[in-house]
Amino acid sequence: MGEKILMKGNEAIAEAAIKAGCRYFFGYPITPQNALPEYMSRRLPEVGGVFLQAESEVAASNMVYGAAGAGARVLTSSSSPGISLKMEGISYIAGAELPAVIVNMMRGGPGLGGIQPSQSDYFQATKGGGHGDYRLVVLAPSSVQEAVDLTMEAFEIADRYRNPVMIVGDGIIGQMMEPVEFKKEIDPADLPKKDWATDGAKGREKNVINSLFLDPRELEKHNLKLKAKYDKMKEKEVRYETYKMDDAELVIVAYGTTARIALSAIELAREKGIKVGLIRPISLFPFPEKIIAEAAGKVNSFLVVEMSAGQMVEDVRLAVNGKKEVYFYGRTGGMVPSPEEIVEEIVKIGGAIK
Amino acid sequence: MKLVAGYPDSLTEKPFHYCPGCTHGIIHRLVAEVIDELGIREETIGVAPVGCSVLAYEYFDVDMFEASHGRAPAVATGVKRVHPDKIVFTYQGDGDLASIGTAEIIHAANRGEKITTIFVNNAIYGMTGGQMAPTTLVGQKTTTSPFGRDTNTAGHPIKISEMLSVLDGSAYIARVSVHDPKHIRQAKKAIKKAFQVQIEGKGFALVEVLSACPTNWGMAPVEAVKWLADNMVPTYPLGEFKEVE
Repeated sequence: MGEKILMKGNEAIAEAAIKAGCRYFFGYPITPQNALPEYMSRRLPEVGGVFLQAESEVAASNMVYGAAGAGARVLTSSSSPGISLKMEGISYIAGAELPAVIVNMMRGGPGLGGIQPSQSDYFQATKGGGHGDYRLVVLAPSSVQEAVDLTMEAFEIADRYRNPVMIVGDGIIGQMMEPVEFKKEIDPADLPKKDWATDGAKGREKNVINSLFLDPRELEKHNLKLKAKYDKMKEKEVRYETYKMDDAELVIVAYGTTARIALSAIELAREKGIKVGLIRPISLFPFPEKIIAEAAGKVNSFLVVEMSAGQMVEDVRLAVNGKKEVYFYGRTGGMVPSPEEIVEEIVKIGGAIK
Repeated sequence: MKLVAGYPDSLTEKPFHYCPGCTHGIIHRLVAEVIDELGIREETIGVAPVGCSVLAYEYFDVDMFEASHGRAPAVATGVKRVHPDKIVFTYQGDGDLASIGTAEIIHAANRGEKITTIFVNNAIYGMTGGQMAPTTLVGQKTTTSPFGRDTNTAGHPIKISEMLSVLDGSAYIARVSVHDPKHIRQAKKAIKKAFQVQIEGKGFALVEVLSACPTNWGMAPVEAVKWLADNMVPTYPLGEFKEVE
């Protein structure tokens, strides 16, 4: 601990989970995240944990449901088509209020799509994906170090709210190597006991892990309880970063890999004399709407950049609430925007600012 | 005074919601009696399915899960891997286990997952109102095979116990019935063995229990158990298909 080591994003996330006290991984192979389960299959047995390659993503997500209900910190990872299959389990995990961490290294879709980097699962991650009134906390790292820190935090958040947390990255975050530091290490034996978990009803009333409420009055009560939890997340778990916002006339809103590319675009634009800043949502749910609403009172316009045909832009528009123009630039299908392309867009909009 | 019969500790006092003549109640009781007799009530974690026995988590007085349709063996796998020293069982019907959950049951058995599965086969979808199941008999009329199951278009009754018994990971596979007291006693013996196999760490254990569904078969309860003996047993032969020493 404390020393920096060079690691691939996928492997760094896996190690971060172990350092967070996670000892159980259930998954199914899919590109571009295979390095994560492969790492877990080597490392978990060393720390007395369990790696299990399930028969399908559907089964894997239900194994996560079982392990989480049994009281353990548990991880699964996949990429877009696999996450679609995991949605059954994810909805049940959310419904039964179980903590779990899910990694989605997004690739292009819809359908089988491609294997190149993408951010086109934003809707799925933040608006549901599975059925029913539920939310995931969704965290979007833009570096390998941040992926490590957010993975460790994800387990804390999951336990705090008894709610699944999703880490969204893409093939770039997953496969690039960067120096990382693991800031702490948690022994699962030191974690507080979960008195709601199923581990045999020894000397106590039985515990039930369940999301079935046949009486609509009871289900509504449950839905409202969940909503209160999501409202609390909106209050306490918003995470974002801003860059050069003090004098910005135009603000780029971008997350993950795209936000990193936007940083280069901002420097290029400033060389041309256009004052551009950045708001980088780190939590996609809860969405940092307040900082965007505040910025709407100061800047002239917004440019949302995504590796999608336009998904997060809808949340930015809601936050801006018509006060300023919100432009969109996206590359999709696995194409990654270049800083120059973004600058071209900025210049186009820049003309309109004056 | 010696108590010769009583209410099992492993059942709650909640009245069953099952239809008159349904044999789920008998099977629940057998499972609960076995858990009591083995002294494992406080060590046991059960997984309920989707189907008529969806509310089994309200009836068994042990730690319980409610799983999504067909996934009970995956859920049980997650639990057992976290608590290898506990006893984990699934209770599933034939739509749940033999249709939507075939992948999960086959792979749990093949991995030799140390869990016990109680598989209730009544040859029909009960809770949804009597649709054809993969276990429906040839010629049997259901709401989705109104002219009788035709093997040309709807395939054949699926024989889960035979299928699972050829997998190297399964340790105990038996098919029993609950249509009369003699068979009920045999069923209990098999269920007990299926739990003992898990306690001894031998591997995966499943007991398929042929069960009556008078409501959806459109029969009186007495007629239904007779129909089970006359029609289901010839299609689904009873016995132990596998027992690893």
